[in-house]
Amino acid sequence: MTDTVLKVVNLTVKIPTRQGVLRPVDKLSLEIAKGKILGVVGESGAGKSMTGNAVIGLLDPPAHISGGEIWLNGKRIDTLTREPMRAVRGKQIGMVFQDPLTSLNPLLPIGDQLTETMLEHLDISASEAEKRAIAALEEVGIPGAAERIKSYPHEFSGGMRQRVVIALALCAEPSLVVADEPTTALDVSVQAQIIALLKRLCAERGTAIMLITHDMGVIAETADDVAVMYAGRMAELGPVRDVLTRPTHPYTQGLMASTPLAAKGGKRLNQIPGAMPRLTELPAGCAFHPRCPIAKDKCRADPAPTLGAGDGRAACWFAGEAGP
Amino acid sequence: MLAFAIRRAFQSLIVLLVVGLVAFSMFNFVGDPIDSMLGQERTGADIERLRTQLGLDQPFPVQYYRFLESAVQGNFGISYRLGRPVSKIIAERLPATLELAMVSAVLAIVFGVALGVFTAIRRNGWAANTVMTLSLIGVSLPTFLIGILLIYLFAVELGWLPSFGRGDVVDLGWWRTGFLTQSGLKALVLPAITLGLYQMTLIMRLVRSEMLEVLRQDYIRFARARGLRDRSVYFRHALKNTLVPVITVTGMQLGSIIAFAIITETVFQWPGVGLLFINAIRFVDIPVMAAYLMLISVMFVIINFIVDMLYFAIDPRLRVDRTGSAQK
Amino acid sequence: MSQETKGQNHQPATSPGETSQAGNRLTRAWSRAAGSDFIWSFKRSPVAVVSFLVALGLVLGAVLAPLFAPHNPFDPATLNLMNGFSSPMQPNAFTGEVFWLGTDDQGRDVFSTILYGMRISLFVGFAAVAFAMVLGVTLGLIAGYVGGWIGAVIMRIADVQLTFPGILVAMLIFGIAKGFTPLEQRDEMAIWVLIIAIGLSEWVQFARVVRGATMVEKGKEYVQAARLNGRGAGGIMIRHILPNVLGPVLVIATISLALAIIAEATLSFLGVGAPPTQPSLGTLIRIGQGYLFSGEWWILLFPSVTLLALALSVNLLGDWLRDVLNPRLR
Repeated sequence: MTDTVLKVVNLTVKIPTRQGVLRPVDKLSLEIAKGKILGVVGESGAGKSMTGNAVIGLLDPPAHISGGEIWLNGKRIDTLTREPMRAVRGKQIGMVFQDPLTSLNPLLPIGDQLTETMLEHLDISASEAEKRAIAALEEVGIPGAAERIKSYPHEFSGGMRQRVVIALALCAEPSLVVADEPTTALDVSVQAQIIALLKRLCAERGTAIMLITHDMGVIAETADDVAVMYAGRMAELGPVRDVLTRPTHPYTQGLMASTPLAAKGGKRLNQIPGAMPRLTELPAGCAFHPRCPIAKDKCRADPAPTLGAGDGRAACWFAGEAGP
Repeated sequence: MLAFAIRRAFQSLIVLLVVGLVAFSMFNFVGDPIDSMLGQERTGADIERLRTQLGLDQPFPVQYYRFLESAVQGNFGISYRLGRPVSKIIAERLPATLELAMVSAVLAIVFGVALGVFTAIRRNGWAANTVMTLSLIGVSLPTFLIGILLIYLFAVELGWLPSFGRGDVVDLGWWRTGFLTQSGLKALVLPAITLGLYQMTLIMRLVRSEMLEVLRQDYIRFARARGLRDRSVYFRHALKNTLVPVITVTGMQLGSIIAFAIITETVFQWPGVGLLFINAIRFVDIPVMAAYLMLISVMFVIINFIVDMLYFAIDPRLRVDRTGSAQK
Repeated sequence: MSQETKGQNHQPATSPGETSQAGNRLTRAWSRAAGSDFIWSFKRSPVAVVSFLVALGLVLGAVLAPLFAPHNPFDPATLNLMNGFSSPMQPNAFTGEVFWLGTDDQGRDVFSTILYGMRISLFVGFAAVAFAMVLGVTLGLIAGYVGGWIGAVIMRIADVQLTFPGILVAMLIFGIAKGFTPLEQRDEMAIWVLIIAIGLSEWVQFARVVRGATMVEKGKEYVQAARLNGRGAGGIMIRHILPNVLGPVLVIATISLALAIIAEATLSFLGVGAPPTQPSLGTLIRIGQGYLFSGEWWILLFPSVTLLALALSVNLLGDWLRDVLNPRLR
């Protein structure tokens, strides 16, 4: 437990709207140990990105954390005020966004964006920062880094820009990186490179990664643990090998059956009937029950048990009862 | 960049030629210049002589060319009303207008940008909302009413500031300035506010909406995620990205300030070219009107040209692909 | 609104009874827009409701001025010089008559001059916008549909004109037109010259929006179909393309009305608009400004407040209309 980097306990995010209060994240708990990679998967709207944003303290109002705790390296950060939280961002938590084309300020040379981040968080001189900026770019595989720190974002390809973004996320040597769909906007051919790069750099530094994605393939290749989210709640959490090969939550089972990864030997891909309900119209009981093949009366009446870190693997009354 | 500059310069030249054509047509078709110049006592020989002298017997393109030639040399003929060379009258009065316009422009830009950024950052604060509501009234308020209101408050009721004229001026060669005397500076206050207020409101509203747009962008989120301070996020990252549209409109507003000076100068009896122009319209003093038109267009064209060049300084994307300018 | 009308335009119109069908289509589109979202969001916006009521009240006051005004300020027979400079609500020192908003130097009731002045302001405003609209929409349709060098010339002129502030263009046109008018008719013609000057200074916005929409619609299948059916260019423009641009045109017209009212007031205030014999609100303010220092504040204040109320209410209404009908038109 001592080397736990991130610990989230019963995190709830609320958005007050005209149709009532929405809970895009509902009593979510997870943990990431030093140097480990936690994959967070789920459909769009399942609350993955909202969780990431809550961790770095950048929820867009009116969304806000209404309950639970977030601990980083043994320090509670969800209660921090603006200024101390700003100092945590970038310094202790790095962030990689989905679209590298829009993540970089188009009017500033990439070198300036790197040095401003380092000067903000590290006690170094401007010339030292520039040296480190070049080193950082070299590390992420930008050829001719010494010249290219003067280049503007539009002079790089999408894959190259995501490398720059990774350099930016890591330049102040954070202990955690939140990567929100880091490869979704990229060409398939460069996705694997970027994931490999991220994995290698974090392994070298012992940086933990919270990898948010909807791509099961990426999770299978990269993550140590995987968290499956459904309608704001944790459906299943466990070591990646277990979850992928022997899923116990009916949703994860459906998810795996619909992924080419699991469909071996020319088996047809399955699909889960229906669609994830909108947050405005969550059903009573377990949110998954209308689509669940093994739903019983209990599921329609009571919400599924909340999954705490270290508890059982699946948030389901009948976990493991239906075979994959 | 050079190709772009040349193309823009060429376009500016076309605008000037078109405006020149309008000015020239005013000379030739509005009223009869011979009538205007000779008055009642004239003979056929006089008319013929003047006709040749003015080149009115030449074909149209030749006349137009001659007009442009003399316009470039600053020769716009004699004012019908004042009986003196137009270029002289304008040269005398131009400093008054330029000083007023300059001070107003600085006021409008400084306060417009500052308030725009402020209202964007504190989007839901009461101060920002108050400023926004006031600005809505400001946009609907005709300039001359603002002037009258200010005169009533500060000149009539409080008696702090003069309500008309330029105060004492100092001659610096051909430039007569009001900046160097206390009364000159005092006289400048109300007209400058009147003239700058409307432009300030426009700039403020524009900066605000552009800021709000930019603050939604991913790179601002990313800048925050990197833990940069608010000051850096707002000014280094956000404000700079709003500058291209802001500069476009501000440039146009600067041109407008010179045109709107007509109204302010009338309200405050400010002895500039605007007052001259409005009197020229009332008395159909064509040479003054034409000269003012040319003068204003040259200023507009120069401002527009500078604005275009500023884009290059700000946005590196334009330096590479020239098609970038077509996106707007 | 353009979204809603589009669907109906896909029906290929048959030749007999076309006109009534086109008419129907317009009324149907209108009633659909008016019946649902339009009225709904109007009722939900207090600013819009208040603005509308203020504007409506002012327009009614102007139109029905002869009914409301205590006397006709331009009929010398009803004037009594002894009533000059009466304060508002105070009995006049000589005649004992009471004037709500006081009187000016010649004993004209300020309330009446405002009502009659507003008539001129509104007439010039509406007429100028109508003129600008007809001109701008026509030229925009031609530039968008016909294109070619005609379209290029039209848009080039629009660009050059757009470089200059509208008020300056209006002043210049006013000055030139004045030069063409014989001296003795200048006062008489001033109102019409004003309308043309302001109208010509505002056509560009209409033309640009209509041209843009026309170029989009022109490429759509139903227009191609109409063309294959042998429909002429004029018919296609009026029957198919025009209904699609009505929404934005309405928005621009409202905003232009506010601009035109302010432009008219400004020109008249500067002494290059409505003459003292036919004073608009701007002329009244110009006259009132002379009494700023001598204490007869009412001669200046009431016309100014009226102008402000008129300009502000129309402006707010235009803003609201833009947000409802076409949020992109900013």
